[in-house]
Amino acid sequence: MTFSFEIPLLLLLIITAAGATLVKDLVSAVFLLGSYSFFLALAWAWLGAVDVAFVEAVVGAGLATVLFLLTLFGTAPRDARIDREPFSWPALIGLPLLGVLLLYAASDLPEFGDPVSPASQHVSPFYLENSLRDMRTPNVVTSVLMDYRAFDTLIETVVIFTSGMACALLLRRRRT
Amino acid sequence: MKTFFLFVLIALVILILVYLYRVLRGPTLFDRVLGLNGISTKAIILMVVIGTVYERVDMFVDIATGYALLNVVGALAIAKFLEQRGRA
Repeated sequence: MTFSFEIPLLLLLIITAAGATLVKDLVSAVFLLGSYSFFLALAWAWLGAVDVAFVEAVVGAGLATVLFLLTLFGTAPRDARIDREPFSWPALIGLPLLGVLLLYAASDLPEFGDPVSPASQHVSPFYLENSLRDMRTPNVVTSVLMDYRAFDTLIETVVIFTSGMACALLLRRRRT
Repeated sequence: MKTFFLFVLIALVILILVYLYRVLRGPTLFDRVLGLNGISTKAIILMVVIGTVYERVDMFVDIATGYALLNVVGALAIAKFLEQRGRA
């Protein structure tokens, strides 16, 4: 049952990605990337990763589109058309080969939700067993993010703060 | 009931394909903007239907609301961009 809906979503993803690389206008490419993020978020939601879907929708479809448009806005090119180089044959042949190789490697990965896979045997049982006792929070994701991996989250926050500051500095209106 | 919702999902994807044609081919920028807006409304409904399939509508409705709010922001940004570009 899970499989029947993934295929149209993946088809939509491929169509939008190809369209974004082939279209001859910067603004249209930005729009296509926005819809690509929409479909990626839908694919995440379909796989059950709801929070990842939310982040993809917020950052990919919302913020990235707005930031791209603001960039176009700030650099103000009169003509947003792009001259594309013709296809390079080595890339056209080599990249599908790489894709096939990756798919072949992916067939070796553990099944989705496999309880004996290494990812769900290493630290996940520890978190699941001890988080309620250690943190008194029923939400395990929160306790992993905010306590077991607090330093990681702190530095991520620093990174996001820095990038936000850079955006604010670059995009501010200059008073003349 | 599950098969019914799966059919709804497939039908929505077909509808999205129609919009996507407009976004990909659309002769003017406005066609693309309208196509993108249509796609995003379909995506919101798709999200809620996925939630119904998984029987966790409460969680997915939150995301769908977030989507809808972001659409407003994105559409405003696009409109502002087009306004400014028309003036330049």
